[in-house]
Amino acid sequence: MTWTKKDLLGLEYLSREEIELVLATADSFKEVSTREIKKVPALRGKTVVNLFYEPSTRTRTSFEVAAKRLSADVINIATETSSVKKGETLIDTGKNIQALKADVIVMRHNYSGAAAMLARSLEISVVNAGDGWHEHPTQALLDIFTLKEKLGRIAGLKVTIVGDIAHSRVARSNTWGLTKLGAKVTVCAPNMLIPPAIEQMGVSVCSEIDKALSDADAVNVLRMQFERDEQNAFPKQLEYFKNFGITAERLEKAKKDIVVMHPGPINRGIEMSSEVADGKNSVILEQVTNGIAVRMAVLFLVAQAAERNNAKNTD
Amino acid sequence: MKEKTQILDKDTISRSLMRIAHEILERNKGIQDICLVGIRNRGAYLAKRLAECIKQIEGSSPLVGILDITLYRDDLTLISTQPVVHKTEIDFDLDDKNVVLVDDVLYTGRTIRAAMDALIDLGRPKTIQLAVLVDRGHRELPIRPDFVGKNIPTAKNETVELRLEECDGKDEAVIIEK
Repeated sequence: MTWTKKDLLGLEYLSREEIELVLATADSFKEVSTREIKKVPALRGKTVVNLFYEPSTRTRTSFEVAAKRLSADVINIATETSSVKKGETLIDTGKNIQALKADVIVMRHNYSGAAAMLARSLEISVVNAGDGWHEHPTQALLDIFTLKEKLGRIAGLKVTIVGDIAHSRVARSNTWGLTKLGAKVTVCAPNMLIPPAIEQMGVSVCSEIDKALSDADAVNVLRMQFERDEQNAFPKQLEYFKNFGITAERLEKAKKDIVVMHPGPINRGIEMSSEVADGKNSVILEQVTNGIAVRMAVLFLVAQAAERNNAKNTD
Repeated sequence: MKEKTQILDKDTISRSLMRIAHEILERNKGIQDICLVGIRNRGAYLAKRLAECIKQIEGSSPLVGILDITLYRDDLTLISTQPVVHKTEIDFDLDDKNVVLVDDVLYTGRTIRAAMDALIDLGRPKTIQLAVLVDRGHRELPIRPDFVGKNIPTAKNETVELRLEECDGKDEAVIIEK
């Protein structure tokens, strides 16, 4: 299996084999972070630009740490302080970064499809770090990596995703990835947060949390993004916690070793109780650690593929 | 591509390894502070076999680690197929150890250069020594082996392929003409 894509835009566009290659490569990279000198020279001389149109601390930091552990140089562009404020278009910004001879752009954007559009206009690699409600591929890859590490396999697992499914790129990427690898996905949320026709993605829908947890091997709890609720469509916070919050009492009725995941940042007392977040089923901090290995793998694979493509074109 | 000659068979390989094991012990005056680090893939199997030989001689086995040098290669973009990154498995401290790097075939020396970079990122060995089963010449870097199974002069258009039971089903080394 050879990786040939210069970009990572979403898990919808990857084959099962490609997803497995990223996971296997990440598994090899994990060891690097346990060394005293946490660095290998694989991307020495390469430049990675973090281009974030939405605020992000953990994803941006994770990509930055990953790039630095591969010996790449990292430049962070926060768009609030850049020419984007002066009206520069996304493609112009991208072409300028390409003209600086950067090698990879890691982009988060509030519009779905922005990463794909940028990737089409550029020869350098684009890694989607979240585009609107569309996809957040590296988050799903690290979720799947963590699950596989904990439970030894993905095929045949029952995974429940709880929370704002309608507006969640994490839910969409996880669904693509998990179903391609043979897991059964159930989504659980208040009806107004379930997008129409979600079943076509191959998931089951359940609006009762206890039922959705009853035979699940893992539960991925999404963050309720109350700051994005402009239309007042969300239930009130306490009401949500009462009906959908993951608590120790609810977990008692689930499988004993159910894996509890959360992409962070956690709203304690809204999506889950502190007892669960810090409890023995929680793998939330392991997800953060694994995120570095997964992002190292992604940066390594796309940078290699782009260089290979360029070599072919100049031959 | 055609196979020209078999240069090592099962028996000569195991005799060579036993001799190298004796030489390693002689050079280092025993087993203390020695560790063997095999370079993936075949060097890793050879390191395990050498450790077995040493155990037969000394009664105890030295530490054995596995090194993956993919991330340290200088030709990542030149080779046609993308190499898969595997794990480095060295779960002991390299500081002040006499490290014996083990590889199957020594050719340009570039693999060994990469392996030494990787080792030094992991710790500060007292010495690094090199054991190879076949030295086929044509060095491009100032690197020489300390322990050699067999010196085999080759032409540039030939390659030497070592096959091992662990991964290829049988033990032999052959010269292949391109």
